[in-house]
Amino acid sequence: MNIRHAKSLLLGAIALGFLASRFADKINPYWLYIFYDIGISIVMAVSLNLINGYTGQFSLGHAGFMAVGAYTSAVITNQCGEYNFFIANGIFGLALFTGGLAAALAGLLVGLPTLRLRGDYLAIVTLGFGEIIRVILQNMEQVGAARGLSVMHGWTNLFWTFGLAAITVYVVASLVNSTYGRGFIAVHDDEVAAEAMGINTTKYKVTAFVVGAFFAGIAGGLYAHSKQFLTPGGFGFMQSITFVVMVILGGMGNTIGVILAAILLTLLPEGLRMLSGIEHLPGVTEERPLSWIGDTRMIIYSLLLIGLMLTRPQGLFSYRRKGN
Amino acid sequence: MPPLLQIDKATIRFGGLTAVSELDLQIGRNELVGLIGPNGAGKTTAFNLITGVYQPTAGNITFDGQSIARSKPYRITARGIARTFQNIRLFPSLTVFDNVRTVFHLHLRGDVRHALWRGKGYHAEEKSIAERVRELLDIFQLGKFRDEPAKSLSYGDQRRLEIVRALAARPKLLLLDEPAAGMNATEKVELTRLIRYIRDRFQIAILLVEHDMHVVMGICERIVVLDYGVKIAEGNPDEVRVNSKVIAAYLGE
Repeated sequence: MNIRHAKSLLLGAIALGFLASRFADKINPYWLYIFYDIGISIVMAVSLNLINGYTGQFSLGHAGFMAVGAYTSAVITNQCGEYNFFIANGIFGLALFTGGLAAALAGLLVGLPTLRLRGDYLAIVTLGFGEIIRVILQNMEQVGAARGLSVMHGWTNLFWTFGLAAITVYVVASLVNSTYGRGFIAVHDDEVAAEAMGINTTKYKVTAFVVGAFFAGIAGGLYAHSKQFLTPGGFGFMQSITFVVMVILGGMGNTIGVILAAILLTLLPEGLRMLSGIEHLPGVTEERPLSWIGDTRMIIYSLLLIGLMLTRPQGLFSYRRKGN
Repeated sequence: MPPLLQIDKATIRFGGLTAVSELDLQIGRNELVGLIGPNGAGKTTAFNLITGVYQPTAGNITFDGQSIARSKPYRITARGIARTFQNIRLFPSLTVFDNVRTVFHLHLRGDVRHALWRGKGYHAEEKSIAERVRELLDIFQLGKFRDEPAKSLSYGDQRRLEIVRALAARPKLLLLDEPAAGMNATEKVELTRLIRYIRDRFQIAILLVEHDMHVVMGICERIVVLDYGVKIAEGNPDEVRVNSKVIAAYLGE
């Protein structure tokens, strides 16, 4: 990551997202939604990477934070009618931010038990937390309970998704690459030594959870206003696992790797779906010769994951950290 | 002037076991003190008491005029006590440079907002930190390994890096837990020279826990001997060497 020009890169990415959103109506809507999914996955995976990768706290509840942000922002925007472009985007930004704050608060609550727990035990606590969120939502009549919640406004666009993805990457990269932020990695490497070197490990761990949860909440808001329908089941344990897989595949504590893994794993199921839709192959008489891929798509996906983990256990993208 | 570190009747019990019992210890500024004793005598426990890893069951510990008996380890480090570990505990995945740099967060003027905003002040501060880290590494001939991960260093270099990392906290008191462990005779001579050099160059006090008698007798001005958690002798190397209790503790009667 280019550290020196990080801020200009950030502004560039946001401007690019804005430009792209101006031409959104020229893009096939199917692809547009895949782009949204990619942006949301990047926000989720990069923010989870701060907790799991850099700070070394094994969290399995990231989808729970996402749910908090999604429902909070959806409830806010559902109160609003139709507005012109600027007001709508203003409200949306505010709703996303509030969703992020709500998730950050949840992150603080989960962060506190991490002071006493590590490794597998922490994983179980965060898993339990994610399930609690899901079950609460499932029983909350105000947000549609198990029937789900319709989101009135499809305000998510390329500007917001990629602008916020860029901000997430910037914040996480800036944090861990500063002298202050090397403390996250120190906590990951050796907690006892970190504490002996003057690092308030408690504060660092809670900070990682709060910042990670904040961005997961924002990703949840983007998700809510792109899918326009929320069900508690969409934020289950398996969803959390998907993000953990992105982090592991990208190489724990490697931001660029995790971004690439998020893109890859979002595209892969769609790519397989497209393969199965091919009508003819040269030299093959059969119609739709690859349709079997469609039926076994998720199996292929899983097998690819197993294969990748066996061949690149350190993550797809080789892992070497340098001082800047 | 009161001593830099003063331990008054510090006692710690783990269940029925009294690991350290009514330990009195004083360390003056710029003094080099050795803490010795047979295996299991409570040397490392005494270390952990001073650094806040354990809290004393009874007694008090004062550092630089303030009680630190109930402080957290990271606060004690910020006050000016830094340590190394018996079994090296570097940050293995961080580079040599980053291992030292991490400790400089103690001296940061800006906080996390600085790191996020990345303005002029941030870059200036990071630059001066990089400069000071480089100086420290160069003093200990570790500059050439700057960008290597700490885990790839040789054993002796790792030991030295751990000392450098502790010094980056700008301690007034440096605690070295068995720095000569696993070293051969030449390395031990080198280490002795290094410890003396650190004391003189940085003008700090050093408390040394060590098994190796040659190292301890060679450099310490004062030696404290523990056995079964009790202080059995204290004095300069020549006094301790002929003390009958010490001989009994080490060799048996």
